Amino acid sequence: MTNNNPNYNKLIVTLFAWAIGLLIFFPILWTILTSFKTEAEAIASPPLFLGFNWTLENYLEVHERSNYFLHFWNSVVISVGSTLLGLLIAIPAAWAMAFVPAKQTKNVLMWMLSTKMLPPVGVLIPIYLLFRDFGLLDTRVGLVIVLTLINLPIIVWMLYTYFKEIPGEILEAARMDGATLWSEVIYVLTPMAVPGIASTLLLNIILAWNEAFWTLNLTAAKAAPLTAFIASYSSPEGLFYAKLSAASTMAIAPILIMGWFSQKQLVRGLTFGAVK
Amino acid sequence: MTIKHTAIASALVAAFVAGNAAAAEKLTIATVNNGDMVRMQKLTGDFTAKNPGIELEWVTLEENILRQRVTTDVATKGGQYDVMTIGTYEVPIWGKKGWLVSLNDLPGSYDVDDLLPAIRGGLTVDGKLFAAPFYGESSMVMYRKDLMAKAGLEMPKAPTWDFIGKAARAMTDKANEVYGVCLRGKAGWGENMAFLTAASNSFGAKWFDMKWNPQFTGEPWKNTLNYYINLMNDAGPPGASSNGFNENLTLFQTGKCGMWIDATVAASFVTNPKDSKVADKVGFALAPDTGLGKRGNWLWAWSLAIPAGTKKSDSAKKFVAWATSKEYLALVASKEGWANVPPGTRSSLYTNPEYAKIPFAQMTLDSINSADPTQPTVDPVPYVGVQFVAIPEFQGIATSVGQQFSAALAGTITADEALKNAQALTERAMKKARYIK
Repeated sequence: MTNNNPNYNKLIVTLFAWAIGLLIFFPILWTILTSFKTEAEAIASPPLFLGFNWTLENYLEVHERSNYFLHFWNSVVISVGSTLLGLLIAIPAAWAMAFVPAKQTKNVLMWMLSTKMLPPVGVLIPIYLLFRDFGLLDTRVGLVIVLTLINLPIIVWMLYTYFKEIPGEILEAARMDGATLWSEVIYVLTPMAVPGIASTLLLNIILAWNEAFWTLNLTAAKAAPLTAFIASYSSPEGLFYAKLSAASTMAIAPILIMGWFSQKQLVRGLTFGAVK
Repeated sequence: MTIKHTAIASALVAAFVAGNAAAAEKLTIATVNNGDMVRMQKLTGDFTAKNPGIELEWVTLEENILRQRVTTDVATKGGQYDVMTIGTYEVPIWGKKGWLVSLNDLPGSYDVDDLLPAIRGGLTVDGKLFAAPFYGESSMVMYRKDLMAKAGLEMPKAPTWDFIGKAARAMTDKANEVYGVCLRGKAGWGENMAFLTAASNSFGAKWFDMKWNPQFTGEPWKNTLNYYINLMNDAGPPGASSNGFNENLTLFQTGKCGMWIDATVAASFVTNPKDSKVADKVGFALAPDTGLGKRGNWLWAWSLAIPAGTKKSDSAKKFVAWATSKEYLALVASKEGWANVPPGTRSSLYTNPEYAKIPFAQMTLDSINSADPTQPTVDPVPYVGVQFVAIPEFQGIATSVGQQFSAALAGTITADEALKNAQALTERAMKKARYIK
């Protein structure tokens, strides 16, 4: 027997969506709740959901032990810097591939993507030696360069997809009106692709913010971002779950808030071109 | 240039020079995240007050991340760190390669002869001390006195594996989620393989013979693994193949383990009433044996070493001497009590009547003294290390072997299959590394 009442179906779908949403959000919620528990409450069995003695002790201890704002600032500089530098390189590259494709364009795109399949540890020693010789170890500049390079294939691919959706005739019309190459890219193409560029920017900031291999291996004290801040509270010998949760909450809060406010752009960006 | 301009310029130059002269030398210290290290960071005001020309900068990381970071740095002479926290596994390997600065010239007041011989032996290569121990640990049995009494048994000071098996099965009450014994099962060279390698020594097993041939298909390893799996199936907690130190600590602290054989450092956690529900019910005993002359306990020390790539070795030595000195132990005791003093490094700590009042102090010392990293097994072996083999290939090999043993514990393969696979993969790795043909 089926129910054809549209309201009933809508209710079912809504409940299902909420259930999935809560399921996905639950680990973050649990981390936030654990950050307000004592270490003993954090490991209590059965687990305590809300009925525990709420405390800010973990946040105070994390604040006392670590320089959160230095790590936060490093994360901002590294993620925003690498994304902007990446866009600067990727916009002209994606324009060329979308509007002036060559025979090998598809292959070049695939090759760029294939570099993402290389396990990063495979090139750790060569990159470490280069960084050592160029004095880039534990510098924000070094991390901006390396994160730009590792995220560049994704930026180019995303922009290429958006640019392909823009009719080439509009650019041709601009050219006929006497627009130079740069005017065409800056005044015609870029404004039309703003939603795509914005979602690429947001997604890459998130990717760079969460990157935890290079940011951990190429930094020590000065340029260490929030990934290193979290790693300093993890321990295989000793219970630090509540403090680790407080540190994690502090590290993910800025990007979570940014993601919340920009979710429309992110969803639009991630689903762009998905249905044709 | 007028006289006025000359005076201003001279003053600026003088200020610049004075500023540079006054600039403190900054030491970057890489360390693990554990209670003793965090405490040291809080107390470094004492060091900087005594050494006003030196500033300290800390890089605290999770153990495995730290190991990867400092290994990359020391091997490439990256020079990012001036002092590194490293373990007993790294010191002999790095010392031999010339990656560490010798600490043989520490001042006489440091009293190097006060260091516990077993710990000092593990940090010395060819007569040179390459790291100063910050805290040392062995492993021992921690047990619930109330559950042991309820089972009608009494824990001897030095139990056998037979007794542990009997007691574990008697203490188990699965209906009430009480398990007789909690042991490491999570795969990893520093997880299940630390426990199993140390335990295997007491069963007469060894990783390699004198010609570096792997020995997993021998009778002693079969006895070790079969004993472990049978015991855990009968008296261990469910899902034990995922349990490491922290998981077992949680189980013990919440009253779900009758016995736990693990690091001596855990004694301070399980007896701390703030975190442990069973704090007043815990007893201690030496790690078990089978009467072959070796006990199943390990030996480890987190130690401070100076990488050869540093340009600040003099200041670094001052810091290492401060952090591992008798005076530092007294400083911790005065600020946070004797129970929080880093254990297992100095003989003088164990002759201190105040420290002797700590319930686990003597057992920790006895456990450390009963481990010998230079002669870890019943039969002679070509390697150093109790729960590890101090060769660079060990981490990779032991993690793979650990995965086999963890799978056997989970029941996805048999113990015999796990040993056969361990033998094959170790042989392959040792051939590749040219220890054997």
